[in-house]
Amino acid sequence: MSKLLSQKYYDGLKKLEPRYPTKVALLLPALHLAQEETYWLPPEILEEIGASLGIHPAQVREVASFYTMYNLKPVGKYHLKICTNVACCLRGADELVEHCEKKWDIKCGETTKDKKFTLSEEECLGACGTAPAMMLNDGYCENLDIKKLDQLLDTLK
Amino acid sequence: MASETLYIQHFNEEARPLAYYLAKMNGYTAVKKALAMQPDDITNEVKKSNLRGRGGAGFPTGMKWGFIPKQSAKPKYVVCNADESEPGTFKDRDIMRYTPHLLLEGMVIAGYAIGSNIGYIYIRGEYTREAKILDAAIEEAYAKGYLGKNILGTGFNFDITVHRGAGAYICGEETGLLNSLEGKRGEPRVKPPFPAIAGAFGGPTVVNNVETLTNVPFIINRGGEWFAKLGKLEKSGGTRLISLSGHVKKPGVYEVDAGSITIRQLIYDYGGGILGDKKLKAVIPGGSSAPVLTADEIDAVYDIEPLMKIGTMMGSAAVMVVSEDYCVVKLLQRITKFYAHESCGQCTPCREGCKWMEDVIERIEHGHGREQDLPLLLEIADNINGKTLCALGDAAAGPVISFVKKFRADFEAHIRGGKCPNA
Repeated sequence: MSKLLSQKYYDGLKKLEPRYPTKVALLLPALHLAQEETYWLPPEILEEIGASLGIHPAQVREVASFYTMYNLKPVGKYHLKICTNVACCLRGADELVEHCEKKWDIKCGETTKDKKFTLSEEECLGACGTAPAMMLNDGYCENLDIKKLDQLLDTLK
Repeated sequence: MASETLYIQHFNEEARPLAYYLAKMNGYTAVKKALAMQPDDITNEVKKSNLRGRGGAGFPTGMKWGFIPKQSAKPKYVVCNADESEPGTFKDRDIMRYTPHLLLEGMVIAGYAIGSNIGYIYIRGEYTREAKILDAAIEEAYAKGYLGKNILGTGFNFDITVHRGAGAYICGEETGLLNSLEGKRGEPRVKPPFPAIAGAFGGPTVVNNVETLTNVPFIINRGGEWFAKLGKLEKSGGTRLISLSGHVKKPGVYEVDAGSITIRQLIYDYGGGILGDKKLKAVIPGGSSAPVLTADEIDAVYDIEPLMKIGTMMGSAAVMVVSEDYCVVKLLQRITKFYAHESCGQCTPCREGCKWMEDVIERIEHGHGREQDLPLLLEIADNINGKTLCALGDAAAGPVISFVKKFRADFEAHIRGGKCPNA
């Protein structure tokens, strides 16, 4: 089987290995490393992760599917994860979600046809003092309102 | 008011580098002092300080350290719980992004006190930036000999690794966290054995919250007695970082002497009052799992025992404020949806009950509720409460019971009117 993950992934694992008493403890870091490269985790990537840690791909999937941050379905170039938990809702997060749904004619959890945007609802991001907040790919955007969100989206090519 | 604040004056980007920590915060002087002490004396100092866990349970930290066996065939571990997953809580994020070295120093001292050489910071996956900041601080600390082999020439070794979670509320529960650290699903374990006996990788483990561990260098430098006296109530030492959010004019992290202010003071004096000068409807005083308070109950002192006395909890010191024009049924629907989503699914009462409560509250909010739905909700909540492996079940039941009891009229208006009066 030819390798789909880069040397960077394997080097990353090697660097972390002495930090843990078991190899399977590397599974979460491995999933993060892989997703940084591939944006989502198709079955063949899960298989390669399993092979690199000496565990069955089913075990990889069992663990990956427990956590919301591992994308087991393809995502768009820009993944908006809008927090709609209590503090953000109190500050208008619902309207942000509704605005995006209308703007792109998709529902939460879906991706635009051009594969540019994926819209997700997110549970509390720990940014309640600067609510409403969202993640755009790996970064935080805080103190949002519809105008600010639109301005931000306009900058995304 | 806090007579002296330990943290917030340092909550800015300038404070992040090691140079600042050394120059302005007596950085790594506590570890130097601690490594010259007997490990038991450190634990005793922490016991004297009345430091209680800042993650939510409020368990005395010194006592927790005292449970770790002296001799162990397996390595012992210090695990920092930086999952900060309780909705409404964001204080640990500030600690990590502004004063990362304080956490590292606290962990080294904790390691020395319990006889451990290995530390992990389990940080929630969403805090990508904070994880990078910690990694950079760890690198700085290794380079200067504050971490690694033979720390400050004392012969003591300690390593710290940042371990990122990946989006699961339940990993804030300490045994769920440990499973996640071991590369498994973050499902809580059956206790006993408690982590102090068999925690990470089967070894004796102390799991402490970020704020808890960062209090330790202050305690070592200035003494447990000094720390205890910062607190204004008998059992709670130190200052508390409070995450204030929702409908207040000035949301943010505030630091107060433990037990020194009421909820009213927090909202009106610190938070600047309610947005738009509206009336207060409700306060969720300790993260979303804390039973709700009405506007009439906010003269309670904001600390562990006074809040327990009025039937709620301080939890992670996250206060969410709700003004008069926000629908409390909608609010409870959102809270319950969260717990239904985050239930790990191991225990039937929680897995089935949380989803059921969510469905019932949703139909009430949308005007399809029935008269018998309110007793039904209380019954489901009662069937979850105390009947699950971990506290998530109780966390879901508490809000439902308290909202229905305290805002019954709002629920009844939805049911009788066939719609949300606010819609």
